[in-house]
Amino acid sequence: MDAKEFIAKRTAKFFKDNDLVNLGIGMPTKCMKYIDPDIDVWFQSENGVIGMTGEPKEGEVIDLDIVDAGGAPTGIRPGGCCFSSFTSFGYIRGGHVDYTVLGAYEVDQHGNLANWMIPGKAAAGMGGAMDLVTGAKCTIVMTVHCDKAGNSKIVRETKLPLTGVGVVDYVITEKCVFHFTKEGMVLEELAPGETVENILAITPCDIIVSENIKSMEE
Amino acid sequence: MAKSKVVTLEQAMEKCFDGMTVLLPGFVNCGVSETLIDGLMEKGIKDLNVISNNTSIKGQGIGRLVHDNRIKHITCSHIGNNTETVEKVVAGDINITFVPQGSLCEKTRAGGAGIGGILTPTGVGTPMQEGKQLLEWDDEAGQYKFVTADDPIKGKRFILELPLHGDVCFIHAWKADKMGNVVYHRTARNFNEPFATAADWVICEAEEIVEVGELDPDIINTPGALVDMVVQARKVEG
Repeated sequence: MDAKEFIAKRTAKFFKDNDLVNLGIGMPTKCMKYIDPDIDVWFQSENGVIGMTGEPKEGEVIDLDIVDAGGAPTGIRPGGCCFSSFTSFGYIRGGHVDYTVLGAYEVDQHGNLANWMIPGKAAAGMGGAMDLVTGAKCTIVMTVHCDKAGNSKIVRETKLPLTGVGVVDYVITEKCVFHFTKEGMVLEELAPGETVENILAITPCDIIVSENIKSMEE
Repeated sequence: MAKSKVVTLEQAMEKCFDGMTVLLPGFVNCGVSETLIDGLMEKGIKDLNVISNNTSIKGQGIGRLVHDNRIKHITCSHIGNNTETVEKVVAGDINITFVPQGSLCEKTRAGGAGIGGILTPTGVGTPMQEGKQLLEWDDEAGQYKFVTADDPIKGKRFILELPLHGDVCFIHAWKADKMGNVVYHRTARNFNEPFATAADWVICEAEEIVEVGELDPDIINTPGALVDMVVQARKVEG
C-alpha cells in the first residue's frame, strides 16, 4: 500500500460515533474513505459546515455554494448544517471539535507544530490551522516520516515558525505512531516489518518506547 | 412604510472611493460579491485596503482586483489559492498582514460589536504574537497581567487582538428583500455575516431580490437595519 494511503487508513481508526472531525486539505482528506461504514462521524469544514460529505460523485448535482476548506465543491449529508465563519471558529476554538488532522513541515519532540511557513519562501498563510490546533481536543499530524532528502520530519527542536506550541497529540507516519504525552514522546505502534531500533535510529528525538507496542494494522 | 434600498450598481459605487478600507467576504471563491467587484473595476477605484479571508482564485472575484493592482494592503489568513497574489506579495506590489482565520472573525466581530479587543490563545508562541500585547492569567491574583514573549510562562497566555472596522463592506446574498434583509446560501454565508457588522456602509448584492415580508423573520441572517443598499447580482457562470 502507498505510504500516504497507509497513513490515512491508520488515522481513520481514531474516529468514533458522533465525533466532530476536521480534515485538512491534501493527505488528511484521504481518511474519509477508510472510516468503518458502521461509524457515524461528522465532518466539519471551517468555512461553515458540519456534515460535509466530500467530493461530489459523478452525476451528482454540484452546488458552487457548498465548498470545502480548499474551496473545492463538496456536499452536505442529511442532518448537516451551515453557519457563518465566526460561529465556525467559535466551535473550533471553543473545544467542540474532537479531532483536527493536518500535515506538517516539521514536528518536534515537544509537540510543536510547524506547517505554514518556511523562512525565505513565499508563505500562503496559515488559514484556520492555528485556531484548529489551539482549539481541537486532539491534534493528529499525518506525515511521511522523512522528507525527500531522507531527513526525519520529526525533529528534536524545530527552528521553523510555529503553527502551535505543544499542540500535537499524535504523529502518524508510514513507519510508526508517536503519542505526545506529559511524560514525553511515546512510540506506541509500528508498521508491519518496522523495528524499534530503526525508528530510534532515524528519528533524532528523546523517545519513550511503549512497553505495550502494537502493530499499526491491529 | 417600507422604503426600498434597491439601487443601481453605479449608485452603489458612489459610496466607494480610492484608498477606502473595504471588507470583502468570501471563502476562496464562494460567497464573493462579483457584481460589486465589477463596479470597482469599471469605476477604476484603487489603493484599496482590503480585509478578506483570501483572494479568490486567479482572474475571479478579489483576484481581479489583485491582477489589476487595485490593492495596496490586504489583511487576510490565506492566499494559497491565488498564485498571482503570492507573486505580487513577493514582488512587494501588495503589502500583506496575515491573521489566523478565527482571529480575523473575532477582530471583525469586535469591530462590529463595540468590543475593544479580544483575547485569543490562537497564535501564542508563533509569529502571530509579534508586535501584539500578550496577557497571562495569574491564578493567585485572579486576574490577567501583561507579559512579554521572553518572560517565563506561568499561566495560560492570550494575544490581545484589536478590532477591525472598514469604510465599506460588500456582502453577497442568496435572497434579500428590498429593505436589505438577507439570507445567505449554504457555505456562501462564511464571512458575509460577520463582516456585515463591521463597516460604516454595507452594500448587498443579491441573487434574488424579493418583496418586504416574503422572508420569514426567523431565517434572516443579516437584518436589513444593518444594510444600506441592495443591488441585483449578475449571474455568475459556474
